[in-house]
Formats: sequence, structure tokens, C-alpha cells
Amino acid sequence: MVASAVFILDLKGKVLISRNYRGDIPMAAIEKFMPLILAAEENEESLAPVMSTEDGTHFLYVKHNNVYLVAMTRKNSNASTIVLFLHKLIQVFIEYFKELEEESIRDNFVIIYELLDEMMDFGYPQTTEPNILKEYITQESHKLESQTRPPPAVTNAVSWRSEGIKYRKNEVFLDVVESVNLMVNANGNVLRSEILGAIKMKVYLTGMPELRLGLNDKVMFDGDGKSPATKGKSIEMEDVKFHQCVRLSRFDNDRTISFIPPDGEFELMSYRLSTQVKPLIWCEALIEQHPGSRIEYMLKAKAQFKRRSTANNVEIIVPVPEDADSPKFKCTAGTVSYAPEKNSMVWKIKQFQGGKEFLMRAHFGLPSVKSEDPDKRPPISIKYEIPYFTTSGIQVRYLKVVEKSGYQAFPWVRYITQNGDYHIRLPLPMDTNKLPEI
Amino acid sequence: MGGKFFTASKKGENFELKAELNSEYKDKRKDAVKRVIANMTVGKDVSSLFADVVKNMQTEDLELKKLVYLYLINYAKSQPELVILAVNTFVKDTDDINPLIRALAIRTMGCLRVDKIVDYLCEPLRKTLRDDNPYVRKTAAICVAKLYDLNPTLAVDNGFLATLQDMLSDSNPMVVANAVAALGEINESAGRNVFQVNTQTLGKLLGALNECTEWGQICILKSLAEYTPQDSREAESIVEKVLPRFQHANGSVVLAAVRVVMIYFNYVSNEEITKQMSRKLSPPLVTLLSAEPELSYVALRNINVILQKRDDIFNQDMRVFFCKFNDPPYVKLEKLEVIIRLCTEKNVDQVLSELKEYANEVDVDFVRKAVSAIGRVAIKVESATERCVNLLLELVRGNQSYVVQEAIIVIKDVCRKYPGRYEAIVPVLCQHGETLEEPDAKAALIWLVGEHAERIDNAAELLVGYMDTFKEEYPQVQLQLLTATVKLFLKKPAQGQEQVQKVLQLASQGSDNPDLRDRAYVYWRLLSTNPQAAKTVVLSEKPPIESNATVMSQSLLEELIQNIAFLSSVYHKPASTLGGSSSPVAVTKIKPFTDVAVEETLGGAPGPSVVKNEENLLDLDFEDDVPSTPGLGAGQSSMSKSAMTDLLDVLGTTSPSQPAAGVAQLGALAVFGTPAGVSKQVVLPAAVGKGLEISASVSRSGMVMQLTISNKGAQPIPDFAIQFNMNSYGLFPATALQVPTPLQPNQTADVSLQLIVNPQHIQVMNPPNLLQVAVKAGADVHYFNAFIEG
Repeated sequence: MVASAVFILDLKGKVLISRNYRGDIPMAAIEKFMPLILAAEENEESLAPVMSTEDGTHFLYVKHNNVYLVAMTRKNSNASTIVLFLHKLIQVFIEYFKELEEESIRDNFVIIYELLDEMMDFGYPQTTEPNILKEYITQESHKLESQTRPPPAVTNAVSWRSEGIKYRKNEVFLDVVESVNLMVNANGNVLRSEILGAIKMKVYLTGMPELRLGLNDKVMFDGDGKSPATKGKSIEMEDVKFHQCVRLSRFDNDRTISFIPPDGEFELMSYRLSTQVKPLIWCEALIEQHPGSRIEYMLKAKAQFKRRSTANNVEIIVPVPEDADSPKFKCTAGTVSYAPEKNSMVWKIKQFQGGKEFLMRAHFGLPSVKSEDPDKRPPISIKYEIPYFTTSGIQVRYLKVVEKSGYQAFPWVRYITQNGDYHIRLPLPMDTNKLPEI
Repeated sequence: MGGKFFTASKKGENFELKAELNSEYKDKRKDAVKRVIANMTVGKDVSSLFADVVKNMQTEDLELKKLVYLYLINYAKSQPELVILAVNTFVKDTDDINPLIRALAIRTMGCLRVDKIVDYLCEPLRKTLRDDNPYVRKTAAICVAKLYDLNPTLAVDNGFLATLQDMLSDSNPMVVANAVAALGEINESAGRNVFQVNTQTLGKLLGALNECTEWGQICILKSLAEYTPQDSREAESIVEKVLPRFQHANGSVVLAAVRVVMIYFNYVSNEEITKQMSRKLSPPLVTLLSAEPELSYVALRNINVILQKRDDIFNQDMRVFFCKFNDPPYVKLEKLEVIIRLCTEKNVDQVLSELKEYANEVDVDFVRKAVSAIGRVAIKVESATERCVNLLLELVRGNQSYVVQEAIIVIKDVCRKYPGRYEAIVPVLCQHGETLEEPDAKAALIWLVGEHAERIDNAAELLVGYMDTFKEEYPQVQLQLLTATVKLFLKKPAQGQEQVQKVLQLASQGSDNPDLRDRAYVYWRLLSTNPQAAKTVVLSEKPPIESNATVMSQSLLEELIQNIAFLSSVYHKPASTLGGSSSPVAVTKIKPFTDVAVEETLGGAPGPSVVKNEENLLDLDFEDDVPSTPGLGAGQSSMSKSAMTDLLDVLGTTSPSQPAAGVAQLGALAVFGTPAGVSKQVVLPAAVGKGLEISASVSRSGMVMQLTISNKGAQPIPDFAIQFNMNSYGLFPATALQVPTPLQPNQTADVSLQLIVNPQHIQVMNPPNLLQVAVKAGADVHYFNAFIEG
């Protein structure tokens, strides 16, 4: 048993569109939703995404742009399924109308009703694959009833790909993208670092191709470190997740990644490693604060990877006090700018070669009367991209494509490493006077 | 594209639409239906157009048909008479050559929920269940559940349940999945196992698990979780098939698989396998922390439950729960809970430095919880208590008011847990007394002062500061101030004398809060009759407190494990309390004025639920509506008499005690007979009782107290009442004390008093069978001890 009804509301709680799936709760019950949100806000409590009224109506919701997607139930429903279904709705709506917000909902109410009808029945999620939905729920109306039929894929074992796809040129693009999450405390110790990797594919292949993906031997999927022979060099994946097209039981048996891909873009797999790696871009800060007069920053940034790689579009975002003014900057590379709307300064370095180290100095004036509010102390965050490089060392060895018509298809592989949640906590300001004038 | 349909809003719009719905032009009719739907969407009533809309149902245009169907779903209930008009078309559509239309028709028919058409539903349903197109079959399978919801008998009589079971062997995995979903749904609403997985169906389910969509897998995993394997080997082979689901990209599939594995720990006896299960659990759960924040919230609430069952699965991973700056607040709070749960002697330093960081953030709610977490760590990890206390002091010095208040509240708990160790810091806290605004924080500080009055030189001075504003304070502050002053007086009679008089006066006469007044009277009487007894009662040793990390009962924990991924396990409440019919929240319970912390069931908000009955006084509430007018009048009018006489007057003029309302209802439970073989003891000799002699015996198995009450004095004694203090078994009088009144001199009454158990009255006593009793007889209240026997 899942959701009784699904609503899309505007920020004031007005219903933009709704669908009653089970008829067991009066639809007016949604009027209790907004008061719950407001009450929590008023009491400075944290809003949980699962809330209930005193009489036992439960709301699960996701906020997206200027709308709330809310599911309602009175039973002990599967919470994880509901929130994921709501996210799936968002994803499908975005596929259909590019943007999901108040305006696009009003403009597309007919098709939204159709989608709501098709994606859930009696509270149970049904077909949610945008590719497949697009085949039989389209924005042009159908004049002849015989034209639209449920694509066999809806109910096939292969529910994500339709038959009869044709391409003149058969190509597959693989992007291996690794995002590094890093948390460093104010003393410069790494609290945690993890790599979230993903293999994203763009598949333009004819027919129903069978694909097999081979990764380098270093990749070990079982995080138990059982084979000591490869220890040290191997990559131990702590967790791997696959798109539903991958045969999980086969992978479980012999570690083969085999699948019939959906058409077009999708994420084949994602993985997580939390082995301690040296932070790729390191940053140290020294802050001197003289309350009522000025605050000084000295930053050192270092690229801690091999010389042959280069990080592109590096942005080091350093928070500054809300009431800081008259900025002055100096740096050995790149440019620094003040972004008062974000209460921070941004140090941009277009190209940051491995092994290099740069310095930056900043000076801000402070008003003589300090505001009462406590200082927010968000961490320094860093953005970057390093092409042709993966932190984990993962490599695609082969991608075999077998289709009964026997065509040749070549895979194109790209690697890139980028920042994820990459945070370095700010050290406490000192009241010394050591930093030189700019 | 659809914007124009919302605009035209003139008067008589429905009239206009009616004309257009009957237009001879197809396009015009379709536009009109769209406008009707648009009006419906914005909440205008278009039910009057029912007949005209339904006329458009027979159409070649699929989009138009869908719109009309949608209209029907919304208005069928309001126009049940007219729905009949649509039935023919529906039945015809279930015979259409296009499977999409067949499915659409059966799906929509099931959603109409009008009794009149239920009969018409059966034939089309039978047909579509055997349709050769799987899309139609899977839709029909769900429709059986819809029919069962409306009319179970009809569904059973037509053999649809049997058909559903047959569908488990369907060649199409999606049909199997929906059949499983429908059967599961029917099981749930029937409240019994209409459908039970057996060895054959098991094989089919496991087969379909590999092939059906992600949502179908969740349904199948659900029925696997509810299946009881025959032996450990079968359980192992199921687990083997389920474990690969941990690699699924859909987090809900992962949680459904986690649920199966957690439940199957009960069935698998092979240690090798359970170890493997344990080891494989943590990585997918950790990955969920990087999922959509709403999902990661659900996962965290479940991790909290899972950890209580298996605390070994995250042994190295504590740091993955550290909060990111940009985590939403609700995720941060749950991570905090998990961090505390995982906190041990080994990692406590890391935890504390992290908590310190959180305590300096800006989100007030989060900061408070972080500060409170430091105190909880102190209670949980004894070796780190000193570091925790120092950290709290450091935070207090920052003088941020909400930090100070939260810190004082937890320091109180720390001092209770480790009496005699950290009193030295109380004066430091008192320096911040002025920043306190919240009643809980004030009450905590006052408690600290009262509790450690003998070690704080200026304790009297500290308390006196609050006395001036006594009347404006919140009740919990007043109660604490009263008790603290009494403690001060008992510990340092010289310092407290004047103050105690004043506070008793204020609380008994100047307040209309019955809790406060009663407590003041009790103290007053205790102090005036037997100061030594007052000392033993008021300054008695307090029961130990624990961090709430262990508070969840075993049976609740088991139930929550059964409910992983479900709302029950998100709220940490039993499933039976979630629905609207049963009252989910226990707020209405009658609360004695000891502040037994209402457990987490209240708000679901996890907080330290330390049992806060720091007042070990007799919690007498003789009169629920104590000195209504006459009593109070007596107290005020007789300023010339001594205060003591006032008090007697007050007690004397009020009616005999009434059992509390909740207790009266429960009284029916006490239907047990009187046990033999428990002999009465004299508990109140006549010399002590001013002529009243009481012998008593208390039997727990019989739930009865036997009393022999004799009047050996010279005066008749009117108005008897009895009250128990909290005791180890939570025993409580079920009825009022039935004594012939007045009891004449030399008259003896044998009374048996039915008892009930009130969980709110449980408090561990030493010795455990000690029962402290107060009997009111006329103007006097007598206290004595009785002992509870088996």
C-alpha cells in the first residue's frame, strides 16, 4: 500500500493539480498540509519530509522550485517508495516540459493528468521510465485510436527499451565521472573523503544489442579485501549501484556487467569508495580579524596531483563576514572577486597544473559596530574539473556490443574528476598582526 | 499550451460550456472538455455538466477519452445516478481492439467507487484478467484489489482471488509483480492471510524478482519479507537471491532488500551466512546518505532502528555520518542521533570535536540539539564526562542565550547521573542566570541550586532572586523553586527559614495551580509534623537516569524492524498507532505532577528522554479540584489563625477524594478476588495516628489492599481518603476508600481496596516492595509504609 493521492501545490499551499488514487481520504485533507509547514517554521523546528496531522493523515513531500509535490496516506505506507516516486515524477515532468514549476504545470495540465494516470495505479507506481512513457503519451493528440498502443516494453522484461530502434551510425559514449566529497576540519585534518563515481552512457545503437562492460583488474567489487595478492594497488569499491538494465544476479555470480541498454542517455552504474586519498586541491587559510576595523585573509592553494594533469575552472569560494566592505585582493595566479550576494569572495584559476602552488591575500574593512547576529561560518568550498583523470584509477577495458544484425559499434570513453561536496572548514580568526599589507 | 483553458471566466460559464459540449464540431467539444477539466483543476464545481461530458465518452480520440474518464473519476461519487450512463461505453471499451483502451477502461472503472456499478465491473474484469495483452492483465490485476476494497464478498465469490494467485505463474514479470501487489494489499485489508506464499509461489516470485521493474521488485521483496521460511537453508537461499538487490540504483529497492535481510536474521542459523549478511548491510545504507535528501532522511531514521538491533554493522564508518554544511536540517538532526548512537569510548574525542563544530553553526534548532548531544555523550560514555562538561562550560561562556539554556538543561542531567562530581560548576552557570528566558532552562538551574544547596555558599541568595517574580514564572519554574527552597531549608535551616515560609505561602495561597498548591501543602505538612520524614522524602536518593539510546522496548524494536522503509519505522512508532481511527498520541493521559517525561511517542521528535522524576516526594493529589471555593475562602479569611490551622481548614472542608477519571475507567480491571494467606500488619499505631489505628496488607497477585481501620480515640472521624506514592509496581487505588463515615469511637471497619497498575506510577523503590501510603482521616493526614507481597 503506497499513496492515496498525489498533489502539486504552489508555495502558498494552493492545489495546482491533484490525482486521487484510492478515494479513501477526502481530498480536502490537503488543506492541513500547509499549516503543518508553517507551524514548524514558526517554532524554528526542522521540517521533516514526512509529517502527520493529529488525526493520522500522513504527508510525504518534496519541494522543487516553486512547487510542493505531496503524497498523502493514512496507512503504514512504504515511505521510501513514496519519496522516490515523487522524485521520479519530477524527473519525468522535466523530461517532458524542461522545467517543473507553477507555470509549466498550468500549461500542461492535460498531459500531467495523463502521466499521473499512467505512472501510478491505486497507489502503486507503474511505468516511470521517461523514454518509454514518451512513446505512448505524447504532447500531440492522437487522432486515430489505432495509432497509439502500449509499447511492449511497458510490460516486457526489458521495460526500458523498445524494439525497432534504428541508427545509421552505431555509437556508444561512456563518461566516467568521479566526484570527490571532502570534509576537512579547521585544523586541516581530513575528517572524511569519499569518491562518488558514475559511468554515464549515451547509447545510439540499432536493435536490441547485448552489451558487456569490462573494467580494469584493479577494480574489486567486494569491499572485504579478501585477495591479498592485489592489495595495495586494487580499488576496493565499497558499494556499487546499477541501472535496472544490468543483470544483478549475473553480476553477483561472476562480476560480469551485462545489459541491454536503454536508448539515449542514462547512468549505467555508480560506485562509492572511501579510501583516504590525498585531497586533489588543498587549501589553507590564515585569518586575522580586528573587530570594528578589518579582516585579513591569506590563502594557499596547492594542486596535489601529477604534473601531467591540469585542473580546469578552479573556483575557491571563501566566505567572509556579512558586513565586510571595501575589498582588496592580490594573488599569484587567477583573479579574485567579491560576491556580496553570497557573502564570499571567489578566487578563480582557469588552469591549475599539478604540483603548483598559489597564494592569495585579501583585505576587508569591517564596520565599527558589530551586528548582533552570530556569524555564519560556512566552510571554504572548492570547484574544479580534472579531465582525463580518475582518482580511483578505474578504467574501461572493453565494451562489447553484440546485436543479431552483427554491426560494428565503437565505444568512446572519457574520464573526468570533479569536486563533489568539497568543504574545508574555516579556521578561527586570530587577533595577531602578522599578515603584511597588501 | 494549456494556459488559455484557464482564462475565460465569465458568468454563466457552465451554461456556455454545456452548449459547447453538445456542439456539432468535434474540436469545439474537445476544447470544451478541456475547459471543464481546467475548471475542475482550479477547484470550480463542474459536476452539473456530468451528462454533457459523458456524451463525449464515445470517441475515437484517445486524449479526449482520457479527459472524460478523468472527469468521471472525480465526479462519479457526486452523481452516482448518472454514472450508469457511462457503464455501457466502459464495457464496450474493455472489448476494444486497442489494448491501451481496454486497460484504460478497466483501470478507470475500478476508480469510480460507486456501488451501483460494482456489479457491472465483474464481467469486464474477468475478461481483462485473461486478456492476451500483458499490459491489460497487469492493469486488471490491480483492479481486483480495487474491487476487494469496495466489495470483498463480490471479489471472492467471483473467484478473482484465485485468478490472482494463478497470475503468479504468468509469463510476464510485470503481471506477476502487480498480482503480488494486489494480493499483498488484499491481505492487509482483510487482516489475515488470504494469500500465503508457498514453496511453489516462492520459486516464481524469486524468478520474477530478476526480471520485473524496480517497483515490482519492491512488491515482491515485501511479500518475501512477510514469508516464513521452512528452515534455515531455505532462508539462506532466499537471502542469496535478495542480496544482489543491494546493488540496485533505486534506493527503495535497496531498503526493501535490507528489510528482508534484517528479518531473515531470525531464520538463518548458519553463522557464516549471517556474518556475510551483516557485512553487506552497511555499504548500501551508507550510499543512501548521498541519495535524495528525503530518501536519506528515511534511511537515517531506519539506520537508527537497525543499529539498535545490530550495533556492529557500522563499526568503522562513524565518520560517514558527519554532517555536511549543506545537508538539510532534518538530515543533520538524524545524523546527530546516529552519531550519538555510535559514540563509544574509542571515538568519543572525534565525536566531541565534531559536536563542538555543530554547536557553533547558525541554525538554532540544530545548535540546540548539538549542545544537548554533548550532554547525552557525557551520560553515555562515562570516561568522557569531564571533557563533555568542560566543552559545555566553554560553550556557556560564549554567552549565546539558546546555547546557555540548552547547556544548563543537559548539565542538570549530567549532575543527576554523576552526583557529587560536577557541582563546582553550578556557580559558574548561575552567572548566566539572567540570560535564561526559557522555563525549562530556569527550572533546571533552580533544581541544580536546590540539589546542591549545601555546597553552594550563596544558594539562598541565588534562589531569592527568583522569589520576587514568583507569580509570573511558568508552572515548572514555580514547582522547582518550591522544591529547591524546601531542599535549601532542609540542608541549611538557618539560611532557608524565612524563604521557605515565603515560598510556601506564595505557592499555597497565591496560586491557583492545583499541582503547585498541593505540592506546597504536602511540604508544609511534612515540615510541620515530621521534619525528619520530610528529609527522607525530599532528599531521598534519586533513581538513576540513562541516555535514551537504550530506551526503545524490545517489542517495539522488533516491530520497527518488521517495518523498515515504512512510515512506522520512520516515526519510530508502532504501526497500529499511525492510523486516524486509533488515537495516535497519548497526550490526553492524566499526568500526575511528577514530570515523567512523556516518551518519544509524543512528537516523534527524538530528544533525550531522561526520566525526570527528580521529585521523589509523595505525589498526592487528594483533590483534583482542591480548594474550590470554600477551601480557598477558608484559607484567605482566617489571617488571624496560624498558617497551620489554615491548612487544616483547607483539608478539612473539602470533600473526600475522588479517584482520578482515568483510573475510574480502569477500575473495571480490578476484578480479582481476595487472596488468602496474606496477613495484615499494624502499619499505623493508634499512638501515632491520633487514635486511628490501621493494619494493612497489600497483595500484588490479588491486586488488593486489605485494611482494618479502628478508631481508638474519643472523637468520631469523618472523611477518609487514601493515596499511594509511586512504587515499584505502579500500584494505585482503583476506587475511593470505602469507610463508614464518620467512624465512631471504638468502631472498626474492614475494608478491601481494589488496586490497579498505572504505568505512570512506576518508580523503583528500595526495598522494591515498599509502598508509601497516606491516609487522610478527618483533618489529619497520616503517612505510613506498607509492604507489597506477592
